Amino acid sequence: MNSVPQAPGSFSGGFAWAMARDLRLAWRHPDEAVLTVAFFVLVASLFPLGIGAEPQLLQRIGPGVIWVGALLAAFLALPGLFAADYADGSLEQMTLSPHPALGWAGGKIAAHWIVSGLPLTLLSPLIGLQYGLTPDTLLVQALSLAIGTPVLSLLGGACAALALGARGGGMLLALLALPLFVPVLIFGAGAAEAQATGLSPAPHLSLLAAALIAALVGLPWAVGAAVRIAVD
Amino acid sequence: MNWFYFSSPSTFYGLAGRLAPWCFVSAAVLAAWGLYLGLLVAPTDAQQGEVYRVIFIHVPTAWMSMFLYFIMACYCGLTLVFNTRLSAMMARAIAPTGAMFTFVALWTGSFWGRPTWGTYWVWDARLTSELVLLFLYFGYIALANAFEDPRRGDRAAALLALIGVVNLPIIYFSVQWWNTLHQGSSVNFKGTSMHVTMLTGMLVMSFAAWMYAIGAALVRVRSIILERERRTQWVRELKAA
Repeated sequence: MNSVPQAPGSFSGGFAWAMARDLRLAWRHPDEAVLTVAFFVLVASLFPLGIGAEPQLLQRIGPGVIWVGALLAAFLALPGLFAADYADGSLEQMTLSPHPALGWAGGKIAAHWIVSGLPLTLLSPLIGLQYGLTPDTLLVQALSLAIGTPVLSLLGGACAALALGARGGGMLLALLALPLFVPVLIFGAGAAEAQATGLSPAPHLSLLAAALIAALVGLPWAVGAAVRIAVD
Repeated sequence: MNWFYFSSPSTFYGLAGRLAPWCFVSAAVLAAWGLYLGLLVAPTDAQQGEVYRVIFIHVPTAWMSMFLYFIMACYCGLTLVFNTRLSAMMARAIAPTGAMFTFVALWTGSFWGRPTWGTYWVWDARLTSELVLLFLYFGYIALANAFEDPRRGDRAAALLALIGVVNLPIIYFSVQWWNTLHQGSSVNFKGTSMHVTMLTGMLVMSFAAWMYAIGAALVRVRSIILERERRTQWVRELKAA
């Protein structure tokens, strides 16, 4: 919001600056973050009403429903990540700043995760209780969300940056992002489901963590490149 | 010799026009031969009976669906690194053919699955990742066409295609990494567990699919070139001639 700091630029400087800025923006307009959480709770509450509320059925579908809800909520928060900054020209200023794109793009995505992914992770045990999940499963569920939602933010951030200024807006973003979310959903929901059926969730969590590491290494760079393509 | 002579759209336009008919002719000949081998010569499978003959379409199209994505991603990489015009056009030209092959592979697979597995569709790793591939093709095509400026669409879609490359090894190794309903490969570089006419028929059909894919991409890239270069001198001269 204030002026973009002048040289020398650095990864950590850009990261901290962009994260602090986006968090402050989110703090001053909390409605968006609150809506994301409300949407998550609402979607998760619709399933028992639609499918039926037998405890065994709910325990069975609980992990999957919570993960799909979290995925959709993370997806709905995506357009806000770059669109406003793109529209008012701040994004172009960021690409002109001395900080590397890796830094401020990573900072924006980290802020996005703190505003959307982290509340969902913290809230998931509460939703899980509605589905009658056992304490162990609740814990694994929250852990899988804690590892998985940053991957969603990174993948979604890349897609949101690619779709900047495109025709077809939200539907196009859905077509780009949701197929890429599929592996995260499979391993994330798989972890809690394995725990619920008495198997070890470790393999799913390990794969999820591997996906997170790969995403952390590769995707901030892709987001930076996508933003450069958008503002060129 | 100038290696980059045909990297200009205007020179490649003529080359593509000369090559495409040959690709289609050889595709037709190979497909006729392959189908003759597959449907008439190859013996009935001991376990599956006649229904196995779907593989003469299914396996070549599934191979091509992955291979074409790889080729498309290579062109996309060239687009981003060297900012070449023709490679972006080639990537765009390949995408619909790749999507078509992916769809045919899924479709024929479900026809085979119904009598053999007792279901049209299961959510196993191979089928799911192939479905994701179909959506990656759709996403690429949609993103490439979503911008007023075609060069912008080229570059954005190229980056998306490169991110999607992660899916290729997942599809390829899915039958080894997971305990799937989809069977493992019967063909590898060490040999095959198939009857030799079955293998020959499948390979001939693969080359037919390959030739068709090249031909279709060349025809499509010609119209993309004309559309992009419609304001240039050489297209006007072409039109006048």
